[in-house]
Amino acid sequence: MVPVFYIFAALTIIAALSVILQRTPVYSALSLIVVLCSLAVLYVSLGAKFLAVIQVIVYAGAIMVLFVLVIMLLNAGRERHTEGSRLARWLGVPLLAAFLVEILSVIWNGLSSGAVAPPAPDAGPAAVGALLFRHYVLPFEVTSILILVAILGAVVLAKKQL
Amino acid sequence: MALSSDTLFLLGVAVVKVVVVLLVLLTAIAYIVWLERKLVAHIQSRWGPYRVGPYGLMQPMADGLKFLFKEDIVPLEVDRFVYWLAPFLSFTLAMLTFAVIPFGGSFKLFGHEIYLQIADLNVGLLYIFAVTSLGVYSIALAGWSSNSKYPLFGGLRSSAQMISYELSLGLAVVGTLMISGSLSLRDIVNSQTGTWHLAGTNTFLPHWNIFVQPVGFIVYFIAAIAETNRIPFDLPEGETELVGGYHTEYSSFKFAMFFMAEYANMVTVSCIATLLFFGGWHGPVFGPAWLHVLLPVFWFALKVFCFLFFYIWTRGTLPRFRYDQLMAFGWKFLLPVALLNILATSFVVAWIGT
Amino acid sequence: MVPLSHYIALSAILFVIGAAGFIFRRNIITVFMCIELMLNAVNLAFMAFSRFRGNLDGQLFVFFVIVVAAAEAAVGLALIISLYRSRDTLAIDELDSMKL
Repeated sequence: MVPVFYIFAALTIIAALSVILQRTPVYSALSLIVVLCSLAVLYVSLGAKFLAVIQVIVYAGAIMVLFVLVIMLLNAGRERHTEGSRLARWLGVPLLAAFLVEILSVIWNGLSSGAVAPPAPDAGPAAVGALLFRHYVLPFEVTSILILVAILGAVVLAKKQL
Repeated sequence: MALSSDTLFLLGVAVVKVVVVLLVLLTAIAYIVWLERKLVAHIQSRWGPYRVGPYGLMQPMADGLKFLFKEDIVPLEVDRFVYWLAPFLSFTLAMLTFAVIPFGGSFKLFGHEIYLQIADLNVGLLYIFAVTSLGVYSIALAGWSSNSKYPLFGGLRSSAQMISYELSLGLAVVGTLMISGSLSLRDIVNSQTGTWHLAGTNTFLPHWNIFVQPVGFIVYFIAAIAETNRIPFDLPEGETELVGGYHTEYSSFKFAMFFMAEYANMVTVSCIATLLFFGGWHGPVFGPAWLHVLLPVFWFALKVFCFLFFYIWTRGTLPRFRYDQLMAFGWKFLLPVALLNILATSFVVAWIGT
Repeated sequence: MVPLSHYIALSAILFVIGAAGFIFRRNIITVFMCIELMLNAVNLAFMAFSRFRGNLDGQLFVFFVIVVAAAEAAVGLALIISLYRSRDTLAIDELDSMKL
């Protein structure tokens, strides 16, 4: 299991860099799909097969299809450099580097004690479903309202006239 | 790392299974193409392929050679990488689904129980849905990267169509999942063993889900035809309006990969229909021990073949939908019916359960 | 077993890459994709903590994050389409009609 983690961690980071470095939006979207799929593999390595499959079905199979569809529909081409992007680069790079170093140092000091993993919980569909519909039933119902609102919002926004 | 002989044995068995499944599948795809040409020809009062070999049986070979040796034409101004990626993606994803499909029961070999299935996942059905949901990309990207009007229209149409019908497809099988209580395809098939008992009397009807989930099956099958882009839902490639749809600009072996992927997807959805609604490999089993292993595989193949026949039959019979009709049918008819089916099934399951 | 800190470090790196893209990129769709990248970085942290605590609650959080991301993508992309219709551009620098 150990080499699997490092191979896919490397793949995830390379693909994530590719998301932000590609100039053509379709390539960014494709790289993001690679990130999502290799994260699904990492979820499997954490014993969460069900969530891994959900990640691929919903994220890679539905949300990203929507992105690709919109990119194709608007025929988004390569983006140009502007004044704003130069300013963002001068200010952004040092700030983000400092942020990354800070997070990593916190992780290193706080978690390096070598937390031993307890035996993996049963993360099959039945166990996840039982927890979802017993303990988290109220949040679950609230998300259904959220989705309803999102559907209405999308229809209102995208329709030319109602 | 030293591997024990047991591990090596199981590894070898897995490799053999993968190779056998791939070989059988590719041969089957070649002959489904032959069957389709022959059947459609007879439906239309023609002869179909008859020159290469007896009954044109060598036609698939001739087609394959032709695909291999034809010039690979790449139009100017295509997006090279994506143009190359799309057919490979489509073919690979179509093949990946067969990793979790069980073809038969199990038998003992050198003290090991060997299942006729490459891998039994406890989320097997969801895995198939995950892989097929990625199939949209190959079509959308092929349409986009060709840098041509008709393929782009085909790609856009198919993205919308496949997302819409995926919903009905997923919801249609929820009823059977509630009845069998598992997402593992092996468990689902095993829950359909035996015959139905009605009020204490044996009805001698096989214990298949089709008898309790007819609505689910019909919705599933219609949505499956739309998912595989077959007539009457072949809008993404409609020849008369879009030249050839998303694969207009493809030639030679890249085109062949799209072609094979389409037929592999047909086999996949037929396999799932068999496993979920028609009892998988269950059927009359008799005779010596080796027949007990082979007969279930035969029943499975026969059921899948019936579905494939039905596919070709619809192609020879039905005209194509108009695009707005297709969308209205998917969203305003199939989806509500699938939801009502889930509602009814859950009430019945809860009622019987208590 | 890979230690927890490696998972969390990967999650932090992904988050920073996403934030960098959010700041540097000028195409509104790419900016949106960088937000998805950051959400996924957080999801990975949830999953790792869930595994190392030995219960499923973290996985349920990931489940809810995915649902919210789906709703967000639907509304966000609809917004982008209607913006493109009225302004004919996807560059965020040109979407500045609130300026004096």
